[in-house]
Amino acid sequence: MSEQFRICPDTGLKLYQSTETLIKANAVAAVVFLLVGGIYGLLVGLTRWPAVHLLPADWFYLALTGHGLNVLIFWLIFFEMAVLYFASSVILGSRLAVPKFAWAGFALMLIGALMNNYIVLSGEASVMMTSYAPMDAHPLFYLSLILFAVGALLGCFVFFGTLVVAKEEKTYEGSVPLVTFGAITAAIIAVFTIISGAIILIPTLLWSLGFLAEIDALMYRLIWWAFGHSSQQINVAAHIAVWYAIASIVFGAKPMSEKVSRMAFFMYILFLQLASAHHLLVDPGVSSEFKMFNTSYAMYLAVMASMVHGLTVPGSIEQAQRAKGINAGLFEWLRRAPWGNPTFSGMFLSLIGFGFLGGISGVTMGAEQINILVHNTVYVPGHFHATVVLGTTLAFMAMTYWLVPVIFRRDLIWKGLASWQPYLFGLGMAGVSLFLMGAGTLGVPRRHWDITFSMTGGEVYEFPAAANTLLALNGLSVALAVAGGAAFCLIIVGSLLFGRKLGPDEKLATPHIATPPSDADYEKLGNGITVPGTLVLALVFFAAFAVYYFINWKYLAETWGIS
Amino acid sequence: MTSLSPPKDKIWWNEPIERTELIWITIVFLWGLVMTFMMPFWHVVGDQNISSETYKTTPEKFMQQTQAFVDEYTVRKDDGPRQYPVVKPPPGGDVYLVARLWDFWPVVELKKGESYRFHLSSLDWQHGFSLQPANINIQIIPKYEHVVTFTPNKSGDYSVLCNEYCGIGHHMMIGKIIVVE
Ligand code: HEM
Ligand SMILES: [Cu+2]
Ligand SMILES: [Cu+2]
Repeated sequence: MSEQFRICPDTGLKLYQSTETLIKANAVAAVVFLLVGGIYGLLVGLTRWPAVHLLPADWFYLALTGHGLNVLIFWLIFFEMAVLYFASSVILGSRLAVPKFAWAGFALMLIGALMNNYIVLSGEASVMMTSYAPMDAHPLFYLSLILFAVGALLGCFVFFGTLVVAKEEKTYEGSVPLVTFGAITAAIIAVFTIISGAIILIPTLLWSLGFLAEIDALMYRLIWWAFGHSSQQINVAAHIAVWYAIASIVFGAKPMSEKVSRMAFFMYILFLQLASAHHLLVDPGVSSEFKMFNTSYAMYLAVMASMVHGLTVPGSIEQAQRAKGINAGLFEWLRRAPWGNPTFSGMFLSLIGFGFLGGISGVTMGAEQINILVHNTVYVPGHFHATVVLGTTLAFMAMTYWLVPVIFRRDLIWKGLASWQPYLFGLGMAGVSLFLMGAGTLGVPRRHWDITFSMTGGEVYEFPAAANTLLALNGLSVALAVAGGAAFCLIIVGSLLFGRKLGPDEKLATPHIATPPSDADYEKLGNGITVPGTLVLALVFFAAFAVYYFINWKYLAETWGIS
Repeated sequence: MTSLSPPKDKIWWNEPIERTELIWITIVFLWGLVMTFMMPFWHVVGDQNISSETYKTTPEKFMQQTQAFVDEYTVRKDDGPRQYPVVKPPPGGDVYLVARLWDFWPVVELKKGESYRFHLSSLDWQHGFSLQPANINIQIIPKYEHVVTFTPNKSGDYSVLCNEYCGIGHHMMIGKIIVVE
């Protein structure tokens, strides 16, 4: 039986019907959960602004739990399913293996996500996404996450199956494209992640039902973070695959060298799963040797990989631009990039935010001793709003703008707003990230309803005045970021509902995929340093990193002796 | 050819590597070594390293030990609203600090420049020991007794805040450490 497909008039991609419907379903679900999670985020951010202090305590903790789960888990993983189907079936031009499984997976994920939102809203599971034992939630909370994870696992199997189908049916020649390779990395890590999740969540479910007497709190943390940490690695691998894809879409860029980019992806598989130790750097019962080994060996090698991608993605853009003749000076290639195209601007802001804010802060606080300064302060959410929001979320948003006409066959509405959206969201999120990090260095605790300690009967700690200022600035940034996030959801949902339908053979007014430079064009670049601009950017990044890193050791040296 | 199409050469691992990439990989690799070196280096020369001395315990046992500590060394009642005992252990001695829903108990008085062996554990859920404004943050886990030695380097009143979410009273959880000259 041959399945129905069409050839996209704008991109020449071969699109199978079942793949398209699955990508649509997953992407729409993703955006809906982003919307829900974003609303929770607004409420949380305004509550943490001391002058506003919007929600009462129980609702604050409920909203924070709902926020973490909806954005970190449901938005990202639904979207990642769409990425996996895109990177296998669409890029390889192959039919999807067993679409029925993919639908079953989607259904499980949807049921899990809805059940989870229900139980969190009921107030019986305000335990944060980490649900650290022995604090307990309603059993449905754990069950919902297990269902969601099983659904995602099915999606991964369909992805791998599709790779096999494509290979057998010879829909492509040679090795898989780099973007698919990145997606394979993400999917392999996802399988590891989901298994770790099962190892910890299934016993926890049994315990919450009363079948198990006890869950050891330290063991819970160790295994939970094997799951929690590697799931972040899925996000990184997926959004970097998206960066490469967008560089190719917008500029026709090719990898600077296949070997380097692929090895860098491969390093994620080899090293990052073990780095969960960097969540336990100030825990009892975990030896310093284990902490240091895991952060250095497991984390730094994977960090290296991210730093390599951070060079090769803009480098591939620079090469393509120069090959096309935009060759003047150091940065002409960047200046003349399409800054008004949200697919490009979103991707580039994602790259900068992820590297400069998320990367530097994450690696610095991941040093065993420096972690003492910031563990569980709002520095931590500051850090990961740069990685998972500026980095992953913005990259996925950028990709979505491109998918709407290609997959959904709808013209984007409000193009003017769309071209501003990445800046609005990016600026707001950069603010959230920086101001939370700032407040964190002053000791402001994370997940905390009231840093004025009004409910303690007079026992208070007075934070430096700057902490209040920083949280107020954070509140303003929250407003900006939410405006940017809402604009995204409106544009996408609006385009799907009201955007002009594109005819089956109709081409968009502007070309939707760049023509790659020819080999001859690339040869003109010569054999030396072909990307001087990117090299300069990388060196600036490195200088910032090194300075910040050592400043933190200096801060550390100023506090009490600890041994 | 792009990142969306198969590599041009089937044997892509024989392709040459671009010069910038080589430079960057070298820098990044050396930087990784520097960062790897810093952690053990700080164990040797630095004064801030959390010990991993840990014992299994139970809430009952830990509470008893803390009670004994309080009985032995209490010097007065705190003038704060809670009137908790202020306990002044001898320099070099052991300090027991209970974290529980939702406070830290008791209040401890230390001498600047002296070292104390703090025993930290929780009677119920996980908590955070966040000493402000010294900015020292340590995880507290029930049934594990973590022994960490502190040497205060400034006198004054310090607060211990809980910075691990521990339920609806999380934001009420605060304790006190006094450092005298
Ligand atoms: C409009 C967008 C957003 C705003 C205004 C926002 C704001 C916040 C704030 C203020 C916190 C609380 C920090 C604390 O009190 O501990 C928080 C926590 C968090 N946010 Fe966001 N955020 C947004 C989007 C996102 C997105 C898109 C993601 C993930 C992709 C994300 C992931 C998280 C996570 C995982 C937490 C921690 C929850 C926990 O502690 O369990 N946020 N966010
Ligand atoms: Cu607590
Ligand atoms: Cu707490």
